[in-house]
Amino acid sequence: MSAPAPTVQAAALRKEFGRRAAVSGVDFDLAAGDCLALFGPNGAGKTTLLRLIAGLLKPTAGSALVNGVDVRRERAGRAAVGLISHQSMLYAPLTARENVEFTARLYGLDDPRAAAGAAPESMGVASRADVPVRTLSRGLQQRVSVARVLVHAPSVLLLDEPYSGLDEGGAHALTDLLTTLRASGATLIVVTHNVAEGLALASHAAVMMEGRFARFDRRDGASVDAPRYAAEYRELTSHAS
Amino acid sequence: MPAETPGLFAAAWIVARKDLAIELRTRSAFLSVLVFTLLGLVTFFFAWDPTAASALDLAPGVLWVTFTFAGLLGLHRSFGVEMQDRAMDALLVAPVARESIYLGKAIANTVFVLAVLLVAVPALALFYNLPLLRTLTTLGPVAVLAAVGLVSIGTLFSSMAVNTRLAELLLPMLSLPFFVPIVLASAQASTRLLAGRPFDEAVPWLKILLAFDIVFVLACTVAFPFTIEE
Amino acid sequence: MTSPTHSLPPTSRPLFDGLFFLAVFGVLGAVVRIVFFTPYELAQGAAQKIYYIHVAAALSAYLALAVVATTSIVFLWLRDARADRLAESAGEVALLCTTVVLTTGPFWGKPIWGTWWTWDARLTLTLFLWFITASYLVLRGAIDEPMMRARYSSVLGILAALLIPFIHLSVYMFRTLHPDPIVLKPDRPSLPPEMLLTFVISVLAFLFFCFMLVRARYRLALLRELAEEAT
Repeated sequence: MSAPAPTVQAAALRKEFGRRAAVSGVDFDLAAGDCLALFGPNGAGKTTLLRLIAGLLKPTAGSALVNGVDVRRERAGRAAVGLISHQSMLYAPLTARENVEFTARLYGLDDPRAAAGAAPESMGVASRADVPVRTLSRGLQQRVSVARVLVHAPSVLLLDEPYSGLDEGGAHALTDLLTTLRASGATLIVVTHNVAEGLALASHAAVMMEGRFARFDRRDGASVDAPRYAAEYRELTSHAS
Repeated sequence: MPAETPGLFAAAWIVARKDLAIELRTRSAFLSVLVFTLLGLVTFFFAWDPTAASALDLAPGVLWVTFTFAGLLGLHRSFGVEMQDRAMDALLVAPVARESIYLGKAIANTVFVLAVLLVAVPALALFYNLPLLRTLTTLGPVAVLAAVGLVSIGTLFSSMAVNTRLAELLLPMLSLPFFVPIVLASAQASTRLLAGRPFDEAVPWLKILLAFDIVFVLACTVAFPFTIEE
Repeated sequence: MTSPTHSLPPTSRPLFDGLFFLAVFGVLGAVVRIVFFTPYELAQGAAQKIYYIHVAAALSAYLALAVVATTSIVFLWLRDARADRLAESAGEVALLCTTVVLTTGPFWGKPIWGTWWTWDARLTLTLFLWFITASYLVLRGAIDEPMMRARYSSVLGILAALLIPFIHLSVYMFRTLHPDPIVLKPDRPSLPPEMLLTFVISVLAFLFFCFMLVRARYRLALLRELAEEAT
């Protein structure tokens, strides 16, 4: 039996802005059910990498494929992708329910209204689903943002510091949802500064520095030595500066 | 979950509804543009010497000029709403064509602009003592053609301007040369129609408006993806 | 690597070389011929001589703008930085030429038509070309990122090219309905041989000069990019 087709593939991926190379040569493959925890100092290119995979940026060189497809060009391929970033991507005057319903329609879901009703519950914001999003606190907005992305059940989920702004309840809900998603075969890439949190979920871990992977590990055993990884990570990043 | 992702126009309509929902919720942009337009009509009235030009000659020109500048104000917020909290990213990651985003916003902006005109045209008839029914039936259709042209250009340029420095200045500067044929043709057509002259006299101007609309709606739809790629 | 698909040459060529000065002398020579060696036109007198530069500048402007439109299409298609640099250079020279047309026009018009400005078809179209070219350059100035600047100005360049026929048509239709109130409207002079020769010389000299200006401006753009790369 051949290896399963990679769900996320980056090959010699490079992105320059003007003269600065934000991503300068990244290669990796992920299969269904994998979770990549992406660490790295600020400005390393982690957000740019995610945006390249999501199809928001055009690579200067190389390629980024999702399920074998360049989602920047093929719009149908984008249906499998979900992006969570630290900006909420919500429309402030609309309610949580309206924001989610809009997304459900955009992804062609069968019953957008029902989906919009169910999604806020998954992140525990059902009680505040009918007020304009701008009246919600940052943490609640982040929860709505997550619910919105998950409404179309993406099989490739890209998360850029998803835990920022979430309180403990929200963080738990998110971790539960991510674990369930992984179990059902979704591929995740999580950018985070919290090494322990990231490693808890991950099957792969990478440290990105100055546009490339300084380190890329596959997790072999069931458990991972988080403190040791954290120490090695600190050493790696302190040498650079 | 098998889902039928919406086609070009279906997605455009979804985006348009969302924009209109936001506009209905806040209403502040609509009211500002409306008030600006009405003030414009009034100001021109006081600058007018009735012995030099008749109301029938002057009023259409006043309407189109005012409407052009007011429209620019309204168009500016079109992409502003997407820049806040990077909502635009969500649209770009979704499985909808880039062109649908443009078309959806253009549709919403057209509705917005027509809503302003719905108040402004009767107001024009009122302030300048024009026959109301004739004003509505003649200026109305011209207004629709003019609005489509204005919105097609303005929506595209506002998507560009929002990414540059001097965004508020750049939008009028880029758009106004393009608005000139619209204003010229609209004013010429509506002056003739309002004065009760035969329809044939207005036809060449209406043809220019229609041609402009077709050419630029197509051109701007095709150009839009180039303005949002990174 | 700075540019999308074309790496920079190691050095830039000089901005003002022998050929450039030849072009300058060419224009000066044409002016001398216009002023001293061309007969006066009977009806219009001395002012008519401005016509040679006026039309030469107009032709150069149209050509420069055609270059902008073409390079805009080429850039969006091939993403070659050279096309964008050429568009920038041609755009600036186009602004210069349209300014010359708009300033020489009144000086020609006032003695002949008795008025500084007239809404005749060519002047009106040139006025709009001036506005469009100015807004093109302002747009370029408002964007720092080179790729975005190139893309946006290419889009504007193409849309502006589509706009020209509409302006031309609307102005023409407007003019046929509102003919010039001035009674004496000079026709395009049918030129006797010496004046025709002067005309051809002026046009060629001016075109050559503009071509050299674009080339110098292109080299300047290249020089700037090299300087940035070095820092």
